[in-house]
Amino acid sequence: MNGKLRRRPVERSERTRVRGSRGTPLVVFVLAIVVALPLSASSVEQQVQQITSELRCPVCQGLSVADSPSQMANQMRDLIRERLSAGESPEAVKAYFVERYGEWILLAPKREGFNLLVWVLPFLGLGAGAMALVIVVRRWKRQPTADASLTIDPAHLDRVRRELAEDQR
Amino acid sequence: MTLTWKKLLVPLSVLPVLFLLAYGFRTDPRQVPSPLIEKEAPPFALTLFDGEHLSLEKLRGKVVVVNFWASWCVPACYEEAPVLEAAWRAYRDSDVVIVGVNVQDTEEAAREFMRRFEFSFPNGPDPRGKISIDYGVYGIPETFILDKEGRIAYKHIGAVTAETLSEHINRLLGEAPRMEDRRKGHERKT
Repeated sequence: MNGKLRRRPVERSERTRVRGSRGTPLVVFVLAIVVALPLSASSVEQQVQQITSELRCPVCQGLSVADSPSQMANQMRDLIRERLSAGESPEAVKAYFVERYGEWILLAPKREGFNLLVWVLPFLGLGAGAMALVIVVRRWKRQPTADASLTIDPAHLDRVRRELAEDQR
Repeated sequence: MTLTWKKLLVPLSVLPVLFLLAYGFRTDPRQVPSPLIEKEAPPFALTLFDGEHLSLEKLRGKVVVVNFWASWCVPACYEEAPVLEAAWRAYRDSDVVIVGVNVQDTEEAAREFMRRFEFSFPNGPDPRGKISIDYGVYGIPETFILDKEGRIAYKHIGAVTAETLSEHINRLLGEAPRMEDRRKGHERKT
């Protein structure tokens, strides 16, 4: 009894292992093809999406190419897809549009030169605000010495406490 | 000391904002400077509405006016269409070619437009928008005037006028020593 019980699972596991070792490479191979095909296409699509979201739609008011349903935006999307599929890098595609339209076509200005002000100024402003806050708070802290003369009439305080206690009842 | 600081603080914060606004409101957001000025014009080939083929490269040595238009572009394209046709008739015997590029349009509407204004200069569609994107076109109409070496000498946004066209064409024709003959010669001297 015991021997039988012990042997059966071993047999089964051996069988599955043999079947598995023969099948795995094939499965992996097929899976690789199935997965890789749409992957390469979708990565181009992702790049198209990324680039179009950074480019201004020339015929719109403050819209990116990605957000615009206009014909011009469609044509730009097609052109970007075509250039990427031809092996051009996303940077080269963007550079092409800058070359033709100027930096205006980029929704976010390049982080260089005068443009850096846009990134730096908010933080400078925050810093200045924080410093002003520190100075003001320090000044307030220094002032209480003048208010130390403020005394409370013990009788008055007593009455407030009494009335509070009455209220709670 | 603190008083002078406080007095300075208001103008210090307000003035830059005012300057920024003054600068921003004075610039026309539709007038985007083209980076293509003085650069070589992007080459293109057109299949014209009459079935002929036109290649920009073959027009080297001529002053070329490239006009981007559409039948739905009202009223600017309708204003400039007679001007373009008149310029073509006036200059076609000189070394000047006017090329119309029809963008984002239907063939039927484009042909109707051309019939209406009796276009006789070469016109062709840009069905995939490649030429207009190559030229950095963002509004219609836009007109590019190319010198004889194929560089973009001038870009006009909006309806082009007869004065602007003739001014630039004459200037570019005058640059070439070969065009000193006939009427252009004494026209320029006046």
